[in-house]
Amino acid sequence: MKIKKKIPLIDQASKLGFWGGKFGGNYVPETLKKPIEDLEILFNKLKNDKRFIAERDKYFKNWVGTPTRFIKLENLTNHVGGAQIWSKVVSDANGGAHKIYNATVHCLLAKRSGKKFIIGDTGAGYAGKMLSMAAKKFGLKCKIFMGAKDIARQQPNVKAMKKNGAEVIPVYSGSQTLVDAVSECMRFWVANCDTTAMCVGSTVGPAVFVRICGWSTSQISRELKVQLIDEFGSIPKKLKLYNCVGGGSSSFGFWNEFMDYDKKKCEFIGVEAGGPAKSKKHAAPLTYGSKIGILHGAAQYVNQDPDGQIEETESISAGLDYPGISPLHCFLKDTKRARYTAASDEEALSAYKIVTKFEKLRPSLEPSHAFSVAIKEAKKLSKDTIVVVNSCGDAYKDREILKKRLGKKYV
Amino acid sequence: MSNPISLAFKKAKQENRAALLTYTVAGDSSKKQSLDILNSISKSADILELGVPHNTPVADGSQIQTSSYRAIKNGIRMNDIFKIVKDFKKSNKNKPIILMGYFNMIFQYGENKFLNKCNSSGVNGLIVVDLPWPENKDFAKKCKKKSIYFIQLLSPTTTKKRLKKIIKDSHPMNYFISMLSTTGGKLKVSPNDILKNYTKIKKIDPKKEIVIGFGITEKTIGKLKSADGVVVGSAICKEISKSLEHRQNPVTNVSKLVKKLKSKIL
Repeated sequence: MKIKKKIPLIDQASKLGFWGGKFGGNYVPETLKKPIEDLEILFNKLKNDKRFIAERDKYFKNWVGTPTRFIKLENLTNHVGGAQIWSKVVSDANGGAHKIYNATVHCLLAKRSGKKFIIGDTGAGYAGKMLSMAAKKFGLKCKIFMGAKDIARQQPNVKAMKKNGAEVIPVYSGSQTLVDAVSECMRFWVANCDTTAMCVGSTVGPAVFVRICGWSTSQISRELKVQLIDEFGSIPKKLKLYNCVGGGSSSFGFWNEFMDYDKKKCEFIGVEAGGPAKSKKHAAPLTYGSKIGILHGAAQYVNQDPDGQIEETESISAGLDYPGISPLHCFLKDTKRARYTAASDEEALSAYKIVTKFEKLRPSLEPSHAFSVAIKEAKKLSKDTIVVVNSCGDAYKDREILKKRLGKKYV
Repeated sequence: MSNPISLAFKKAKQENRAALLTYTVAGDSSKKQSLDILNSISKSADILELGVPHNTPVADGSQIQTSSYRAIKNGIRMNDIFKIVKDFKKSNKNKPIILMGYFNMIFQYGENKFLNKCNSSGVNGLIVVDLPWPENKDFAKKCKKKSIYFIQLLSPTTTKKRLKKIIKDSHPMNYFISMLSTTGGKLKVSPNDILKNYTKIKKIDPKKEIVIGFGITEKTIGKLKSADGVVVGSAICKEISKSLEHRQNPVTNVSKLVKKLKSKIL
C-alpha cells in the first residue's frame, strides 16, 4: 500500500472507490447507485472546471472569509517551553468552524444538479449549522438529522440551524448520536433521492462524499502553505501538524497540501477522542486497533463487536463521537504517512483550560483534544520545531458542558 | 437437485398464483419466538426471508428497525441465527430460507466461513442490502459455487443499461424494490405503475423470477399478484410489535396475518 505523489489523495481511489485496495468503496443500497453515480460525474467534471473553481473561491473569499488567521501562541509557547506553538484559527470562518467549506461546495453542486432540497447529518451541530447557512444563502430547503442526545448537548448550534430556516429532525434510534444521524439521513435520501441532494458532514460515507468533503476542506492547507511561506520564507524543516480526528474532515483538509512532503519534515498527528478516562468506550478506532468493517457505505476501521454490530461510542465532544473514521485516514495510517493517538475527555478539558488561560483563543472541545497532545509533545521538541494546531471550532457551542465540567469562569 | 427457491416458484406457478414471501427478523422478539413464527407461517408462505438484524441499517424503515433493535437487545448473535435456520429445517426440509441483511455481518464472519455455515444450516439464498452490483460479483460467484442464490436488488432508479447487466449476471431470482423508499414506506406509487416497471424488467429475461417488495401490505398485495412473487416484511414486523404492546401472542397474530395475505393472492 503506497501513497502516490503528485496526485491528490482524493483521486487515488480505484474505480470502485477504494483507497489502498480496501478502504472506502460504495456499500450502498441499489437505489442510491444512480444518484451517487450522477454526483460522481458532476463532481469529476466540476472539480477541474475553472469557472466552478472561481465560483467556489469567490464564495470562500467573500462569504466564508479567507484566509483564516495563522497566529503564534506566544504565551503558550513560553509556558510550555519547547517547540513554537502556532495555530491555524479555522474557527474564524463564517459560522465558526471548517464545516462551512464542505457545506458550501455541496450547495453549489446541488444548485448545478437542479435539486431544490438538501439534507445533512450533524454531530456537534456545526455541519448542520453550516449546511443550514449555505442552504439559506443558495436558496435551498434544508433538513438536518441530529441525534437526540446531541440536540440536548449542543443547543446553541440547534438554535442557529432553526434560525436559518432548517428543519432539525431528532433521531432517537441507537445511541442517539452522530452515527444514528448519518444512518437516518442516508435512509431519508434512499426515499427521496430524486428531488433531494445529500451532504455528508465529514470525509465519510460512499466514496464520492469522502472526495467532495476532502476537496472542500483542503482550502485550510492551501491557505496554511501560503501563510507558512509568508512567515518563514519557506516551509519549515521541522513542521508538525496537529488536528483532532472524528470523521476526519478538518484534519484531512489541514494536511492535504503537505501530503508529498517527507514525514520527517512535515509530520501529521491525528488526535482521536479517547472518551472518559474511566470508561472503556471511546471514539478512537485508529488508536485502539479497531478492525476493518463497513459503516455508512464505506470500509474503514470501526468500533464494532465480533459479529459486526457497530459499538456505541463515548466522548465529551459530539463532533468526534463517531465509531468509524474516514477511509482517507485509514489509508494514511496504514501507509504510515500520519500518526494517530487519542486524548481523553479530561485531557481535552485541561488543554482547554491551559489554552484559554494563556491565549485569546477559545478552541471547542474537538480541537482541545489536539491541543492536549500538541502541548504534551511540544515540551520535548526543539525550539526550531514549528507545531501548528488546527483550531477548527469555537467553544461557544460547548458553553453548557464547560460550565458543568469546569465552572462558570471558563465559559 | 434444484434449489428449493426455484421449486417454490414452480409450485406457485402450477397453482397459477404469485409466490408469497415473508420477512421476519431473526431473534424477534426472542430466538424461540422467531423460530415459532417461522414454523407457523411456513404453512402459508412459500419462501421465508429471515432478517439478520444490524444496528446501523441504511435502508430499513422504522418497523424493521424496531424489530432489529429488539432482537439485538435480546442478545441475538450470528450463530444463533444459523441455529434458528437449522432447527427450522429439521421439520421443514424443503421450505426455502433466505437470509437478508447488511454486508458487515458477512464480512466479519468471513465470506467463505459464512457460506459454509449457510450450507450446513440450510440457507438457500442471500439478500445483501448494501452490496450492489458490480461490487457483489465475486461474492455472488462464491454463492453460486455453494448452490446458494445471491439475489440481486433492482430499483426504480436502476438505469436500463444497468438492469441488463445486473440481470445477465444474476441468479434465478431477483428482487424489485417497488419505489424510492426504505422498507415499509407508504406505497407512494400506484400498483399499476409498479407492475409496469416490473414488466419492463421481466422482459429482459423472462426466465428469471422477479419478486416485488417494499411497502406491500394486506391492502395492496392483491393488486400485485400477477408478479412472480410478492414480499411482505414491515407489515409483519409491525404485527409483532403490536402484539407485544397488547400482550398478545405474536405467533398466533402473525400466523393469522400471513394466512390473510395468502388469501389475497389466490
